[in-house]
Amino acid sequence: MNRLTYIGIAIAVIFILTAIFASFIATHDVTAQNLAMRYAAPSAAHWFGTDALGRDVFSRVVFGARISLEVGIIVVVVSSTIGIFIGAVAGFYGGWVDKILSGYIFNVFLAFPGLLLAIALVAFLGAGLEKLILALCVIGWVGYARVMRGQVLKVREYDFVQAARALGASDGRILFTHILPNAIQPLIVQASLGMAGAVLSEASLSFLGLGIPPPAPSWGTMIEEARGFDVLYNAPHVLIFPGIAIALTVLAFNFIGDGLREYLDPKQRKR
Amino acid sequence: MKYKTLNFARQTALLLLVVWTVVSLVTLLIELVPGDPATAILGDQATTEQIANFNEKHGLGKPAFFFAYTGEKGFVWHGADNRYLDYWKGVLTGDLGNSFRTDRPVLNMILERYPSTIKLAVAALIVAVGIAVPLGVLAGTNKGSLIDNASSFIALLGISLPTFVIGPFLVYIFAVKLRWFSPTGSANPEDIILPAVTLGAALSAILTRMIRSSVIEELGEDYVRTARAKGLSERKVIYKHVLKNGLIPVVTILGLQLGVLLAGAIITEKIFSWQGLGLLLLEDGIGKRDYRLVQGCVLVISVTYILANSLTDLVYRWLDPRIRLS
Repeated sequence: MNRLTYIGIAIAVIFILTAIFASFIATHDVTAQNLAMRYAAPSAAHWFGTDALGRDVFSRVVFGARISLEVGIIVVVVSSTIGIFIGAVAGFYGGWVDKILSGYIFNVFLAFPGLLLAIALVAFLGAGLEKLILALCVIGWVGYARVMRGQVLKVREYDFVQAARALGASDGRILFTHILPNAIQPLIVQASLGMAGAVLSEASLSFLGLGIPPPAPSWGTMIEEARGFDVLYNAPHVLIFPGIAIALTVLAFNFIGDGLREYLDPKQRKR
Repeated sequence: MKYKTLNFARQTALLLLVVWTVVSLVTLLIELVPGDPATAILGDQATTEQIANFNEKHGLGKPAFFFAYTGEKGFVWHGADNRYLDYWKGVLTGDLGNSFRTDRPVLNMILERYPSTIKLAVAALIVAVGIAVPLGVLAGTNKGSLIDNASSFIALLGISLPTFVIGPFLVYIFAVKLRWFSPTGSANPEDIILPAVTLGAALSAILTRMIRSSVIEELGEDYVRTARAKGLSERKVIYKHVLKNGLIPVVTILGLQLGVLLAGAIITEKIFSWQGLGLLLLEDGIGKRDYRLVQGCVLVISVTYILANSLTDLVYRWLDPRIRLS
């Protein structure tokens, strides 16, 4: 693995630890307002300064990591489970099942611009954490399904699968104990990229006012609150710190995904 | 030839199926609204008469679909007089209904805003190509050098930095600090520059990577050796020979990305208050709970996206006969 992958892993570890131990790391209550301290510049008391309501930006960025991680993990776990199952069924059974699933349903989901579908869902369902997660799972599963289907198509022709079948193993056993472990590598890559995608989509929707409602400290919401001309003029730190946080997190998971892909596929290493 | 026709027919059939599904989804999405649209628009104080009038005016009194499933009665058949079919009839005759808020035809509202979104997307495309071609060629011809690493790093940054981070940062640097541009709006012709750069940044990063690897690949080809052997200058070799061949995959990506840009313009339009389709969807549609308008916007954006993608796919197949349906 190259250097960038290790940098990615390091950032991701910091991000995860920050999210887990947010309540120990944060220096202030994230919702505590102090109107006398609006837009205070970074100082010893407020490391990243304060925002429009005098809330501590550092603590909000720290707790923002928790929201991102929470959404990211739930979305990756749920959409990968659904995707792996549907992809496995499509690849394993082939025929009409595959024609309908990969020929039609996958194509419909791939044809729809992902963010727009999420926006549409949240627009009609209403904003909120659960609805946001639901929308991201609806757009997320198809990536896993496609990868899984491709892997199953490849692996099911291997001799050990044929042998298991000859021994009378059930479809479920063949799929989950023989095929899945051999198909998992590209799925891990997909999951890492999916994590970056979920974090990004959560922030995008929150930025558009369609994600997690304030006062929850989502990075997207923080950027949205900071983008006014006056704020940028007087207190750019309100924008800069959540901006850096989200950029680093997305970058880290993309680094990991790209690095793993290269590592797992030696043909790509030379590029 | 027969194979080609069959392929074409299959692609077209799939395209129609996808468009049908998308329109159906958009039509039925309105059923997800908690409560009913009339109360959402008119408020809790609305009288039953007002609600009935509203439903009558917007055709909301009819059943949603051909049939419904209710707990007590099981499946109930409603017949052809339903909202789903009404919406379809409208779509096919170019009528997307009237806005719940302003009563204006949704199609007109969309057509007013559509040109500025297209303008923004095309500008972003130009920016992306303008950055990516020189950067990609430089990186590809100097593989492993400092320039290559620097351009790879810039490309990665462009891919990872979300639009809503790049946008406000650009506003901060160029509008707030340097005061070269106005932070929002589209009053002056140069106001398109910041939104176009914001929207095109990710694409330029992807393109830079593609052109780089494409140039590296082409440089190893025999015709490059021949061109060099006959004494052409390195400049000519690269710009007349390598780039021409290396750009083939890039052209197709551009088509695909035009659709992505149109969909992605929503965020950029919000950052810069760019009066396009995305802002119409966000502010007038979602912000004011004008569900009819939301339907129309989502429909138009996604169908444009799908058509742009299919068209590119078709052109690509036609350009490069090696690509076949797998």
